[in-house]
Amino acid sequence: MSVPCTGKVDLIHILRSFEKGADGVYVLGCLEGECRYENGNLRAKRRVEKAKDILERIGIGGDRVAMYNLSSAEAPQFVKFAKEMTERIRELGPNPIKAAMKKKAA
Amino acid sequence: MIVAKPKPVEEVIESVEPYDRILVAGCNECVTVCEAGGRKEVGVLASALRMYFMNQGRKVQIDEVTLERQCDREYIEEIRNSIDQYDAVLSLACGVGVQFLAEMYIQTPILPGVDTCFMGGSEERGVWSERCQGCGQCILGKTAGICPISRCAKRLLNGPCGGSTKGKCEIDKNLDCAWQLIIDRLTELGRLEDYEQLMPIKDWSTERAGGPRKVVREDVTQ
Amino acid sequence: MSDVKTPSKLEKVLAQGHFAVTSECGPPRGSDPEVIRKKASLIRDHVDAINITDNQTSVTRLCSLAACAHLKAMGVEAVLQMVVRDRNRIAIQSDILGAASFDIHNILCLSGDHQAFGDCPKGQNVFDIDSMQLIQTARYMRDEGKFLGGDDIERPPRMFVGAAANPFADPFEIRVPRLAKKVAAGAEFIQTQCIYNVDKFEEWLARACDRGLDDKVAILAGVTPFKSAGMAKYMKNRVPGMDVPDEVVKRMSGVPKENQAQEGIDICVETIQRLREVKGVRGFHIMAIEWEQKVPEIAERGGLYPRPALDD
Repeated sequence: MSVPCTGKVDLIHILRSFEKGADGVYVLGCLEGECRYENGNLRAKRRVEKAKDILERIGIGGDRVAMYNLSSAEAPQFVKFAKEMTERIRELGPNPIKAAMKKKAA
Repeated sequence: MIVAKPKPVEEVIESVEPYDRILVAGCNECVTVCEAGGRKEVGVLASALRMYFMNQGRKVQIDEVTLERQCDREYIEEIRNSIDQYDAVLSLACGVGVQFLAEMYIQTPILPGVDTCFMGGSEERGVWSERCQGCGQCILGKTAGICPISRCAKRLLNGPCGGSTKGKCEIDKNLDCAWQLIIDRLTELGRLEDYEQLMPIKDWSTERAGGPRKVVREDVTQ
Repeated sequence: MSDVKTPSKLEKVLAQGHFAVTSECGPPRGSDPEVIRKKASLIRDHVDAINITDNQTSVTRLCSLAACAHLKAMGVEAVLQMVVRDRNRIAIQSDILGAASFDIHNILCLSGDHQAFGDCPKGQNVFDIDSMQLIQTARYMRDEGKFLGGDDIERPPRMFVGAAANPFADPFEIRVPRLAKKVAAGAEFIQTQCIYNVDKFEEWLARACDRGLDDKVAILAGVTPFKSAGMAKYMKNRVPGMDVPDEVVKRMSGVPKENQAQEGIDICVETIQRLREVKGVRGFHIMAIEWEQKVPEIAERGGLYPRPALDD
């Protein structure tokens, strides 16, 4: 699903990704203060924080979701964040739901 | 509106844990406005619950519905045909809605998903505050439009008490002293001399103290 | 000299034109009456009546009514402090009758600090009637001899009815109207919050006198000695409705620690001496909670001892 601004990313989109088995979700928004739609990226930040909280409380792990800010001209930053996120998720391991459901099926 | 806030998800999980088929039912009115139990909140909570149960290795069916209101029987009729599919309903409506569902669907456990708090209004996005306690005998005309029963921590009718400090209540420096507000408003209205009128002892029998209440309008009943 | 309406000794002292002196004792957090007796014996000769506080700051203590009964049993005049936080109108009328059955003849009508401050912050509160309405109730029971519901009272209570006033609370502009309201409700004596800002108190009192309130109600000026500079600072910064001018704090801090208690007493005495001369001051309410042993010195140096002999 494509969005014009991270402000369009709603809490439910993040949660549904994990429901469907995603190991991690990262949201990349414009630098704070530079959102074309004024504060879309700030809304996204709050929703990411809310998602973290919920995921932590239900035992999936809040570290699996993160938000990063950069400008579209900062390609190296993009790579850096992508690497960081991938590394983090690798360390955390796959979404525990997958293993749990497999065990149940067994 | 009736202002409610979501229960902590851990508490909700504990209450729905015994069930395998759950309907999460929201309400399109007050709880939507205060972002506690509308369609969006239903979606988020349902998703969180699904993930929780999957993580426990349990296949639990969690469905979603949002009714127009849960305090009118004609709207909660809507789930009559589907309710038997569920072991429990988690209602995100205010306490009224939860009870109406429970009265109608006596064989299904109806669980509350929000904590119902008070009658109030929106101060700003994300902040709602209490304005009315339903005393049943509105005196706002005498108190310059500010209610001492719901906004004074001691519901004084002849306030303020000695604890009022710089316009704030003694129990919370972020809470306005209702009587300061009343005095300010009387001053604005040029009616400060009204302050000296003694308010008589209140008849609380129309409030909670008098027992559960009912309004019957003969001019409206069929 | 005016007529008295009750057997109250406090009322009599005032009616016969003398300065009245009252003080207060806090009951124990337990059931030992000896605590009250001990405190009362320290001050009984220097005061006309002793207030017993009513679960002050919402901290649960032995009830005021029982403590007043103990005072009465030792021949000391008691002032029943009653808050409306914990009782509905039934209990209020009932407790007034209870006090009257022990021939307790003085009542101080108060709102009561919110229970959030005390040891039971999760408890309910009542506030069925407020402190003004309590004044009205006590007067009604006495003057009409009836319950609020309208029935006659057998042997009606004969209370001398008082209220508190705080010239230093916010907002200042209604402090005198509020006093007027309490007088209109039926208050016969007033005990004020303790005074450190004497100028402000005099201003409040002057405005009250302008309205003729001093003719209708006996105002007793409240005083409390500081035990230390720390206490002065605490009361200045942490106690709502308290006005402690910087000069007073400076004066307390300016003395070595071992002399501060005496300095506090000196300030208290000076306040009394100054206020004796002010129109409208009909007496003093010396509050030295947990420091009752200093009341005699304060009363004596304030020229308030011995207490006058009264005409019958």
